[in-house]
Amino acid sequence: MVSTTQTAAATHPEVKLPVLEREKLILNGRSYHWITERICGVLENRQPFIWWLLFIPSALIALIGVGGGLFHLVSTGVGIWGNTNRVMWGWPIVNFVFWIGIGHAGTLISAILFLTRQNWRTSINRAAEAMTIFAVMCAGIFPAFHVGRVWFAWFLAPVPNANAIWQNFKSPLLWDVFAVSTYFTVSLIFWFLGMVPDLATIRDRCKPGLRKILYGIFSLGWRGGNRQWSHYEMAYLLLAALSTPLVLSVHSVVSFDFATSVVPGWHTTIFPPYFVAGAIFGGFAMVLTIMIPARFIYGLQDLITMKHIDNMAKIILLTGTMVGYAYLMELFVAFYSGAIYEMDAFKFRIAGPYWWAYAAMMSCNVLSPQLFWFKACRENLWVVMAVAMCVNVGMWFERFVIIVTTLARMWLPGDWKTFSPTGQDQLLFVGTIGMFLMLFMLFLKFLPCINIAEVKWTLPQSDPHHDDKERHPDAGTVTVPAYQKELV
Amino acid sequence: MTTTRKRVYGYLAEFSNASTLYKAAEQVRDAGYRKWDCYSPYPIHGLDAAMGIKRSILPWFVFFGGVAGCATAFALAYTTQVVIYPTVVQAKPANLFTIPAFFPVMFELTILFSGFTVLFGLLGLIQLPRLNHPLFASRQFHRATDDAFFIAIEARDPRFSPEKTRELLAGIGGDNIELVEEDDR
Repeated sequence: MVSTTQTAAATHPEVKLPVLEREKLILNGRSYHWITERICGVLENRQPFIWWLLFIPSALIALIGVGGGLFHLVSTGVGIWGNTNRVMWGWPIVNFVFWIGIGHAGTLISAILFLTRQNWRTSINRAAEAMTIFAVMCAGIFPAFHVGRVWFAWFLAPVPNANAIWQNFKSPLLWDVFAVSTYFTVSLIFWFLGMVPDLATIRDRCKPGLRKILYGIFSLGWRGGNRQWSHYEMAYLLLAALSTPLVLSVHSVVSFDFATSVVPGWHTTIFPPYFVAGAIFGGFAMVLTIMIPARFIYGLQDLITMKHIDNMAKIILLTGTMVGYAYLMELFVAFYSGAIYEMDAFKFRIAGPYWWAYAAMMSCNVLSPQLFWFKACRENLWVVMAVAMCVNVGMWFERFVIIVTTLARMWLPGDWKTFSPTGQDQLLFVGTIGMFLMLFMLFLKFLPCINIAEVKWTLPQSDPHHDDKERHPDAGTVTVPAYQKELV
Repeated sequence: MTTTRKRVYGYLAEFSNASTLYKAAEQVRDAGYRKWDCYSPYPIHGLDAAMGIKRSILPWFVFFGGVAGCATAFALAYTTQVVIYPTVVQAKPANLFTIPAFFPVMFELTILFSGFTVLFGLLGLIQLPRLNHPLFASRQFHRATDDAFFIAIEARDPRFSPEKTRELLAGIGGDNIELVEEDDR
């Protein structure tokens, strides 16, 4: 049977349709070797002065804040924190939720954007995953020491103990132990497996010596044969598919810590999606905060292009608006429920003694990302950086508002307290910021900060059928990429 | 007196880009070789079919790993909450109907065990880690992780012959053809 369908080429042979080109992910037609040189150069060359300028203070802050702060805490007791009866979660759990949320953007970039075939993720996923690992390490400090006697922190794990008491599996706090530790472990596996081919690249560039031996051990003897790549790609896909529900579950479980309690202001079903959106929102802001300076310091502009920054700004706008919706919906539900305690909880948040925290949260998280509706703002790195810093601050205040303002006004007026952190509280938090920065600096110095193999994979010449396309009759009819000019 | 004997590992040939490697792989596959591999700095789309490699069986391992994780979590929760140490907190029962409260931990351990199965299953399938490999003796193989594309045909392949295999590799566009040898110990 003869097909009656006629193609445009057959019916209009004189019209030459332009071949639409995709916007390039890697600029200036860089070669494989250039990519290897540039990314490995970050860790093979001497670090620039600014690296030391950032590393030494952050290491000192980490030493004093985390090392000294925890030593003082353990040797004296948790009384040196500002946690009081009623506001017993206080500052440490604010910081825990803040840090664990930061990590989520890393998993979103590495897993969810992988499953949705967003190839632009390849330039930023490695650094974002590193950020996840370091943020979860910072987060873990707070609940571990918040238990009071940290040498009993192993009571969190369901192992037999002398009291013959078992953990309560009906409690979200135990779910949290499993969720966060699983999240850290699986993120670490994902990060490490993703790095194996790149570690092999560094190994093959090293001169014989200790460095080559160490990179050789950590690259596991990777050879880059297709019989390895075939299984490796499957493993990567599986880890992405496992991490996607995992990242959604982790912050949902964190939100259950609040939502399953019968406390006005916490007992809402909107919490899990609201927390997950907020976590991704805050995490992307942190990715921008660390990647924009790193891009300049190491000259990675051809790898992390304005398109990447533009995409991340759009995600911040989207998730920021979702968070704004959640804030307003919380207020509406409190009003619509007619429950006086619920309404009072929100009145207290907005107009009580912590009004400034609520105002900071609203302006930083909901208003500041609205700038990203404008292309000019997404293209101006100073504006992007300023908004990212606002979001970092705003997301911390969000957790402060949720935890402190709620616990400060519970059911019994006799319990009402106002909370203020002590110097020790603040020292430890600043210490974790230093620790995060210090770990990230060490990451830049010793590990490949961009996924070398995956970036090479996104180049047009990496497609084995690239040559066939070059010989296609329509190839090359448009020299200026179509996205740069209107269709003729 | 010590003598260093060399054992032939096989031929290593370089190809100029992904397209030529892809087409060469089809030729080597059709020539009937079994013990050979293509080496590239990144995974090449569709090369599995060109080499005649089957889909990875890793998902099956991971499926059973996940089931084991889920079962472990349920056993842990049920044994401790219902059998050994039943507690009634917040008026929630301690019996089989407590199971919805066990779901989060069952989910997390499913993911955790699956994650470990991916890691160790992968290492088993690709036979890593190993500290050395005969190919690392090659003077050009270090470029396989940078910007070069190679095919290596091993001497233990029954169709391997010092002359014919070399001719095949040269005929399908291989450059810098090298006989890779390892120390025989």
